[in-house]
Amino acid sequence: MEPLTSKKKVLIQKPLTFAERIYLPALGKGLAITISHFFKKEATIRYPEVQREMSINWRGMHSLKRDEDGKERCTACGLCALSCPAEAITMIAAERKPEEKDLYREEKYASVYEINMLRCIFCGLCEEACPKEAIYLDGPIVPSDYLRKDFIYGKDKLVEQPLVKK
Amino acid sequence: MGASVFYLVAFLSIFFALMVIFAKNPVHSVLYLIVTFFTFTVHYILLNAQFLAVVNFIVYMGAIMVLFLFVLMLLNLNKENEPLKSGLVKILGIVAGCCLVVTLVGSLKATAISNPLVLQNADLGLVKNLGKELFGPFMLPFELSSILLLTAMVGAVLLTKKEKV
Amino acid sequence: MDISFVIEKFILVVILFGLSLVIAMYSTYAERKVAAFLQDRLGPDRAGPAGMFQPLADGLKMFMKEEIIPTDSNKWLFMVGPGLAMLTACIGTAVIPWGSPINVGGRIIPLQVTDINVGVLYIFGVVSLSVYGVMIGGWASNNKYSLLSAIRAASQNISYEVAMGLSIIALLLVTNTLSLKEIVENQHGWHWNVLYQPLGFILFIVCAFAETNRAPFDLPECETELIGGYHTEYSSMKLGFYLFAEYINMFVSSAVMSTLYFGGYNYPGMDWVLIYTGPVIAPLIGTAVLFAKIFAFIFFFMWVRWTIPRFRYDQLMHLGWKILMPLAIANVIITGLVIAIVEKF
Repeated sequence: MEPLTSKKKVLIQKPLTFAERIYLPALGKGLAITISHFFKKEATIRYPEVQREMSINWRGMHSLKRDEDGKERCTACGLCALSCPAEAITMIAAERKPEEKDLYREEKYASVYEINMLRCIFCGLCEEACPKEAIYLDGPIVPSDYLRKDFIYGKDKLVEQPLVKK
Repeated sequence: MGASVFYLVAFLSIFFALMVIFAKNPVHSVLYLIVTFFTFTVHYILLNAQFLAVVNFIVYMGAIMVLFLFVLMLLNLNKENEPLKSGLVKILGIVAGCCLVVTLVGSLKATAISNPLVLQNADLGLVKNLGKELFGPFMLPFELSSILLLTAMVGAVLLTKKEKV
Repeated sequence: MDISFVIEKFILVVILFGLSLVIAMYSTYAERKVAAFLQDRLGPDRAGPAGMFQPLADGLKMFMKEEIIPTDSNKWLFMVGPGLAMLTACIGTAVIPWGSPINVGGRIIPLQVTDINVGVLYIFGVVSLSVYGVMIGGWASNNKYSLLSAIRAASQNISYEVAMGLSIIALLLVTNTLSLKEIVENQHGWHWNVLYQPLGFILFIVCAFAETNRAPFDLPECETELIGGYHTEYSSMKLGFYLFAEYINMFVSSAVMSTLYFGGYNYPGMDWVLIYTGPVIAPLIGTAVLFAKIFAFIFFFMWVRWTIPRFRYDQLMHLGWKILMPLAIANVIITGLVIAIVEKF
């Protein structure tokens, strides 16, 4: 058959030469390669103690941000949940009481905010959708666990630690 | 000391040899046979025939019995597919066995108790002396037996290549 | 046979036994470390400093595991198998001279359990017996994979014993003795047998790889085809015994190769060392040198394992019967001819 492309390559299997047939030179070559790796720097990173440096656009665990006064930025608009392609985010909105003025920035806030980390694909669309700059995927790798229910992260795990007043 | 060790090992040899016959499972039989050969090795060592002992160890225990075991494991013999022995065969077996016993007893009775054999050279069993004997006075039989083995080898190779001849 | 003789031999046997076990234990650790380093990894480093206690943890794990004996197995033989593997692995150390005799208070103590004048053949016999542990265990498991593995092990061992025996014969033509002690003493200084028998050594080491079931000849425990090979059905310390026996075999065959071909406890410049350090320290240095050689061989075993892929079964048989055996026979003939010519002129 006429070849359709010019990429066709004719393979010629030559009979092995004597040097190849006695196998020992090839063996020596292989051993030399492996022993050269013996002295190379190992690629392993001792994980919990040492962490790999991530690139600047690395997307890890979500965190709900606070503003400069330590108030939660999220206003429970639901755009993140709407934008989420994996439908991993759910929230329940609530109205801010007057005495909670120091806790939440806007009059409406998320009383429950849950992300199912098993569903999340870490695409970062929630980050882009958020009009209040309240959610960022800037955390570490989501740790493993034994039960499915433990992968549903609530506000206790997601909200940033409050600023320490000096 | 020497005599008691001999009696112990001799007892063990006979015991395990009997177990070879009485064991129901052929693989067990072979394993008992291996132990029997091991006791033979001990006998050779007691006789200061170190070379013979080690050769018995290597050839019989290490090579031949491995092949036996090899074949038996592949055959997977068990009670279900063992051919039935008819009564006639059993009777014939008994008759043959009795004949053997009579012959053995007769020949034992016929032999007079010989003088205890005294080995002139106690170190005959060591490699150096044995080699000198084998390649000196016994050169011809030794080489003949090697030719016999070679013939057997050639025959075995021929058997495996039968279809091409 | 005085009592001090018995005590001294007893101590030596206990030391050797303990030493083989410890070396086998740390070989498992070394294997994982060497594998890791050859693959740019770290290997076990959590248990103790640099993972030094990993073998202890592994051993403990082995002991704590549930002991499973398959219902349809041959129970008695199933239990005998690992023990036999361990026994045949351990008894090989008895005839190897571990050092030149040391002089303790006017009493000369040889560092060898027994110097039988057929030492080489004894080693050979022990090697040929080592297959029984695998065969019995594999058959008694009543598992087709175990059985296949046992049969592979048997045919592999028998095939490579032939070439191994022939390479030893060529060596014996050079040494003129079967006693390991005399073989070592003949290699005084740098007159190592490997210089006179290079081809024989290569044949021997290839056969040693096959006899110890090490890669690239580890077909009896070929995971891709036979699950776990002959120890598929084994668990707990019985499995541990099989794994241990493999490492002890490796240790013993390294010791045998160092003794037969690499001068045992001899090293260049040993006379000079003897004059400078005295008759007490010098033999100990010799023993240290022997162990350095042994560890180098163990490292080589591991290095090869993590470099060369496993042979196919037909390639294994082809190599054993059609390449190694003719080469070994040629080696015997050439050695014999050269010796005859040298003696003539």
